[in-house]
Amino acid sequence: MTPGEKTALEQPVAASQGAKPQRAADPPRVRVELASFAYTPEGGAPLFTLEATSFDVRSKEVVAVLGRNGSGKSTLLRLMAGALKPLSGRVQLEGFEVSQLDLRTRAQRVAIVQQETPLLFPVRVWDYVLQGRYPYSSGLRFQTEADSIVVRQALYEAGADPLRTRWMHKLSGGEKQRAVLARALAQQPLLLLLDEPTLHLDIAAQVELLRRLRRIANDKGYAVVVVTHELNLAAEFADRIVLLDRGKTLRVGTPAEVYQQDLLQQVFGTLLHVEHNSRGVPKVTFSGRDTE
Amino acid sequence: MRVLTPRRLLLTCALLAGVLLLVVFLCLKFGTSPISFYDLVLMLFRTATGQNDLVSSDFRLIVLNIRWPRILLAMIVGAALSVAGASFQALLRNPLADPYVLGVSSGAALGSILSLIWAAQLPGATPLGAFAGALAATAAVYFLGRREGELDSYALLLGGIITASFLSALIMFLMTTVSGRELRGMAFWLMGDLSTPTPVSSGWLLLVLVLGVAGIYTTAADLNLLLGGEQEAMHLGVDVVRVKLVVYLGASVLTGLAVSVAGAIGYVGLIVPHLIRLLFGSDYRLLIPATAIGGAIAVVLADTLARTLVSPTELPVGAMTALVGAPVFIYLLRRRAA
Repeated sequence: MTPGEKTALEQPVAASQGAKPQRAADPPRVRVELASFAYTPEGGAPLFTLEATSFDVRSKEVVAVLGRNGSGKSTLLRLMAGALKPLSGRVQLEGFEVSQLDLRTRAQRVAIVQQETPLLFPVRVWDYVLQGRYPYSSGLRFQTEADSIVVRQALYEAGADPLRTRWMHKLSGGEKQRAVLARALAQQPLLLLLDEPTLHLDIAAQVELLRRLRRIANDKGYAVVVVTHELNLAAEFADRIVLLDRGKTLRVGTPAEVYQQDLLQQVFGTLLHVEHNSRGVPKVTFSGRDTE
Repeated sequence: MRVLTPRRLLLTCALLAGVLLLVVFLCLKFGTSPISFYDLVLMLFRTATGQNDLVSSDFRLIVLNIRWPRILLAMIVGAALSVAGASFQALLRNPLADPYVLGVSSGAALGSILSLIWAAQLPGATPLGAFAGALAATAAVYFLGRREGELDSYALLLGGIITASFLSALIMFLMTTVSGRELRGMAFWLMGDLSTPTPVSSGWLLLVLVLGVAGIYTTAADLNLLLGGEQEAMHLGVDVVRVKLVVYLGASVLTGLAVSVAGAIGYVGLIVPHLIRLLFGSDYRLLIPATAIGGAIAVVLADTLARTLVSPTELPVGAMTALVGAPVFIYLLRRRAA
């Protein structure tokens, strides 16, 4: 390791947290403040720790969380979803501690698209998306007129409108991802979280999904946080990047700020090359050979 | 779009109730002593309109005192087992779950035998013992079926089978301490049998059935979401812990109820919910009531077959359901694996 790489890693997180000045006026929608977490087996030493992490997500903003497998990306997402309670620090959504919200209120404010869970019995896309309305009613939850308007809108926004009468288990990967996204949109959340939504999708479907997320964030004013392995797609579509490495938040900032060649090489443990295109968007290429 | 409306829910249940009525009527007719349709209709009409002195004593004995109570019992047991099966399928996220396959019925049977040995004189000891046994067996299977904190469907089925065989061995052990005359009755009862009269009045049984089913039904909308996984359901606002507790208690009550009345009748809780799903879809808001009525139909039919197939001798109804149910189970298992 050269001295240069070391300093890149050890730069304090706050220094690179340069939010654009015009955005600083409106209060952030989500504030993650020195939040940490540890998985501890009974009576043992912690198996995994997520060290104190701080960043904000604003309305209309798409934030991508990057890092290798096991770096704590999913843990961070579950903290933001309120499914985990931070060991220390705070995760606040519009001023309320997310993990303290009751389940219904939380489901009205935070929607999460998780890695695929198989369904036990066949269900049609419409009924699946309608499940997103669950936190807004009670009892047997028969579909209301308002529900059907929201579901139709969600299907349209997710590009799943033509799928509404199809069976979930008969959809292709990309189609299923759109139906799952539609259900999350039917929750009408303030914060939309996605855990590796581009997994198993072909490149066209990946680009389409991220473009869609970008548009949804802009149009609906949602705050969107997406965990992904796709460095170039993240650079293209995200406003800001949270870079994790072994439970540590190394950097928070715009793609241009975070995508530094030596930093990324260190984190991902492989030789790669970063260049910036005319719009200042970084692009990562991987060298196939061991020369250099 | 065919979404579930209250209207469709009621119409479907009314349709099934009509079928049930027809089946009950037919099953009142068939039996060892023949009764003509004309007589049956006439006598039923007279009974219904209070002209009791015009009802023949033969009819009163055979149809009203023997066949009807048994059909009523079959309906209660069928409804209880089917709803328990549908509930276990959602609770354990396993489409092959059934109180019998999971060993919950064996737990209930052991519980009621223990209560017969230790507290025979207490009223309601058998159903309470069966309920406790069902609770314990469900808990055991639930923990046997977990691997790395997740329910594993094959571990769960294996855990159920192991639990069932272990409990059966315990039951056999206990039964050797019972005198020979009672043994045949018990062996029949274990196989699932409706011919022995119950110590508890059918009014009480109905009450417990309604309470159990209604309790589970309050979670019907939650169960639909639970099918997609506990994490997912929680993120959609379902109070997963409460729902699981209600369904666990409710399904154990229903299994205990059925077993304390009729022993371990197998596969009803597996086949009936699957048939209903094929016919009407897997929405639990419709599935639970439809399964209750469908289960009543299935066990009434199975018991009538058991009464009449080798008449005047009787088969245990559990043998009938197993004859049909085991192949269906294998079919479902293979289709799932494919």
